[in-house]
Amino acid sequence: MKKEFSVVGKPVIRQDGIEKVTGKSKFADDLVFPDMLFGVMIRTDHTHAIVKSVDYSKLDTNKFVIVNADDIPGSKKVGAIVKDQPVFCNEKIVTPGDVVAMLVGEDLNELRKAAKSVKVNCEELPVLSDPLKALDENAMLIHPELGSNKIVHYPLRKGDVDKGFGESEYILEEEYSTPLIEHAYIEPECVTAFIEPNGGIKIIGSIQNPHTTRRVVASVLNYPLAKVRVVQAELGGSFGGKDDTMNILSARAAVAALKTGSPVKIKYGREESILESYKRHPYFMKYKVGFNSDGKIKAMKIDITADGGAYASLSPYVTWRSVVQATGPYEIENVHTDVTAVYTNNPYTGAMRGFGSPQPIFAQESIMDEIAIRLNKTPVEIRKINGFKSGSFTASGHKLRDHDVNLFSVLERASDESDFEAKWNENQNGKSFDLFKRFAEKSIFSSEELLVKDDEFCDENIWKNGIGLALSFRGCSLGAEGIDAAAAYFSLQTDGSAYLLSGLAENGQGLRTTFSIIAAEELGISVNDIYYLEQDTGIIADSGPTVASRSTLMGGGAVKNAAEQVRKRLEIIFREKFNLDEKEEIKFANHVVSDYLGKVKIPFKKLVTLASSKGVGLSSVGWYKGPDVYWEEKTGQGEAYFTYAYGCQVAEIKVNIITGEVYIDKITAVHDAGKIINLLGAEGQVYGGVTQGAGYGLWETVDKVEGKIRDLNFDQYLIPTCKDVGDIKPIFIEGEEKYGPWGAKSLGEPTLELGAAAIANAVRNAVGQRHRNLPINLEELILSRKLSPEDLKRGSAV
Amino acid sequence: MKIDLEFTLNGKNVSIETEPGKRLLDLLRKDFKLTGTKEGCSIGECGACTILLDKLAVNSCLILAGQINGSDIITIEGINEADVLHTLQQKFLEHGAVQCGFCTPGMIISAYALLLEKPDPSYEDILNALEGNLCRCTGYKQIISAVQDSAKEMMQD
Ligand code: FES
Ligand code: FES
Repeated sequence: MKKEFSVVGKPVIRQDGIEKVTGKSKFADDLVFPDMLFGVMIRTDHTHAIVKSVDYSKLDTNKFVIVNADDIPGSKKVGAIVKDQPVFCNEKIVTPGDVVAMLVGEDLNELRKAAKSVKVNCEELPVLSDPLKALDENAMLIHPELGSNKIVHYPLRKGDVDKGFGESEYILEEEYSTPLIEHAYIEPECVTAFIEPNGGIKIIGSIQNPHTTRRVVASVLNYPLAKVRVVQAELGGSFGGKDDTMNILSARAAVAALKTGSPVKIKYGREESILESYKRHPYFMKYKVGFNSDGKIKAMKIDITADGGAYASLSPYVTWRSVVQATGPYEIENVHTDVTAVYTNNPYTGAMRGFGSPQPIFAQESIMDEIAIRLNKTPVEIRKINGFKSGSFTASGHKLRDHDVNLFSVLERASDESDFEAKWNENQNGKSFDLFKRFAEKSIFSSEELLVKDDEFCDENIWKNGIGLALSFRGCSLGAEGIDAAAAYFSLQTDGSAYLLSGLAENGQGLRTTFSIIAAEELGISVNDIYYLEQDTGIIADSGPTVASRSTLMGGGAVKNAAEQVRKRLEIIFREKFNLDEKEEIKFANHVVSDYLGKVKIPFKKLVTLASSKGVGLSSVGWYKGPDVYWEEKTGQGEAYFTYAYGCQVAEIKVNIITGEVYIDKITAVHDAGKIINLLGAEGQVYGGVTQGAGYGLWETVDKVEGKIRDLNFDQYLIPTCKDVGDIKPIFIEGEEKYGPWGAKSLGEPTLELGAAAIANAVRNAVGQRHRNLPINLEELILSRKLSPEDLKRGSAV
Repeated sequence: MKIDLEFTLNGKNVSIETEPGKRLLDLLRKDFKLTGTKEGCSIGECGACTILLDKLAVNSCLILAGQINGSDIITIEGINEADVLHTLQQKFLEHGAVQCGFCTPGMIISAYALLLEKPDPSYEDILNALEGNLCRCTGYKQIISAVQDSAKEMMQD
């Protein structure tokens, strides 16, 4: 029987909404503590240098306290996977964001001036800024103690690619690249650390993963985990970005709090935030595909280099997702993939929404369209010929079963909804733009050549329409990256209200609301009966990080489990009261508990009071563990994730072929995220993710020279405004899924990973030219090249 | 040097002695403890610090204390009465226009200023009014529909 839902799947208003619209929510910088001091960073002007000495002679040491590596009682270096990042860089600078020491004092403005009076004497080292040179024999080593600039290398081998290419009628080889991307959460980093009366240390800040922060702070202070308590303030956006940076800031604040005995707050402005925080990896991708005239892909060879920047951070996990998914949702007999992440002196890169998927999706979906065009097929046809069906094997040899493999459903729905094929064919026919060709062929022009002639374009020819699509599958949750389990605490009160908390943290995406809906559904109460507790490592178990779009699936699973435990106990009392036998199904809905046919019933509150009068425990800790997955490192084979989500986005755009401007008319986003728990929240994820994807496709790039970022604020780093994206249409297909709460899977990241690829394909459809290097900004479109100094080598014409 | 300022803040007359060069943003957040106004960029690009200055939406990170004597200032804390939400606040909630909420106060104030000036704004008017407010979470669509819906409802009242 299909379950009828009373709250799940309906639009529900956010639980934390009222505080947010009235300005009452407390974000990290809104919190002040008595006797609070501030910490301000001391940096150098260098990208790569040995620190010879630090001259504090001009500093008023009565006013300011110096905090540096010598004050660290425990681990001086931290890192999620490789401990390569010093909390304070007292020996060597490997990227411009590096911090030598910190000054602590009362007045932020005075501190900033004082920090400038400190002179750091350095000996410069050569800078390695090109990731493609990182593994050269004579390359400068970023961390000599590690012996190599290689952070990680993942091979994936399936079948025999040489044989596959041999059997192919056509071979296509293309190279793609993507830029460095800033998370650009609107709230910059902020954290305060203080000593608790019991001698422990408490951290409160804009922290994405409180348990990870706790682990880092404890290791730096050399404290037992339980002596460090991390509380999350209201988080002003994260998108994967408030992890490593926040861990280090928290550690610095904690060390300073111990040294001074006062609460110490560190708050970053935008420039410092962009300077020091990690970003999304630039990828350099070579794709070689062998295929036949019937459209069937026989072999794919992929070689990807990811710029990890100065520290490993989560590069090994990010690039692992890439190796699993690099061939896209297509069944290919012979695959040979290598993904390598390397160290450079560039800003370091780590987790960001998408997590190793937006880059290969851009390449793989671009090349799929190129194959289609060469074979006179449509993008939909070529994807249907190769796409996953139930029972297909992924590149890692995982047989897809046990869930609805909804690849074709999302593709067909997106294509029908946008009238894709008709529009695509119409745009595709008869396109030729001399303008582009003439710019692409040369690099130096006379002024006459540059000017567009009067009669070259009349108004109606200036805008060209294009439509493009992108398709993906995405492994849900962590997969073989890590142990996948989560906890939740649910405590029903005697009056029927309840406390709820999960070990996964609210990042602004609406997780508190989603979890409350799940608990409310389970007990037939309303979301307003549930009070979501403060995220505090002191009261809830470590549930792994809030990443990988795993919250609804894993955290939601734990919440359901917790509420279920209490529900079962209530069911026993109900049966006792009405003499029902064990088989009788019991319904919890609309604050009433009844037998299935509604013959006997009791208000929920009364049942709770009755149960508590009988000494029944009304609190529970829920636990949800994902099924085991398996990965063979050497061959890249295995059941990488326990289930997958499917998505297809269609971009309809127009290109101004005089200015190179691309305007997005409409994006149709079709996602199978399993069961939708909160419709309003789910739609919000789509709008937000699609918009970030548009930024990735068209505008965003962190411009740097020799590791030094030039776009340190929003006047330079352009994120989409409300004017930049036309219509967005979210559509959900709810496939059956046995894991997660009622089959809910992942949505946050799928919404972001497809946009740039769909836009690139739409641009190709509009102007007849392939752009293989994101972003497709004005210069890429008109000149087929990038204009920023270090990016001159990137661009479709070079 | 300090100066004496008198102005109206969220409907009340207030006075304070302060440095003329202090940013209005700091005056509000630190001296008056009105932390609903946020700081996202400090250079007038993100709009998180938007407040209403004599009925105009301005970036409080770009206004100095010395400029505001005698003016009428409204912040996010001042647009609703005690326990009743302002229509805009209510509509932001109903439309799912709030995710992390960091941009929300500035967004609502920009919309508030728009509706003061143009109670029946066109779609274009709304985009023009909100263009200076960055939001990384929502993709703006639900914010725009919240403003449209608010205008409709406020016209009826
Ligand atoms: S903080 Fe004032 S506009 Fe960004
Ligand atoms: S809701 Fe997060 S920035 Fe707008």
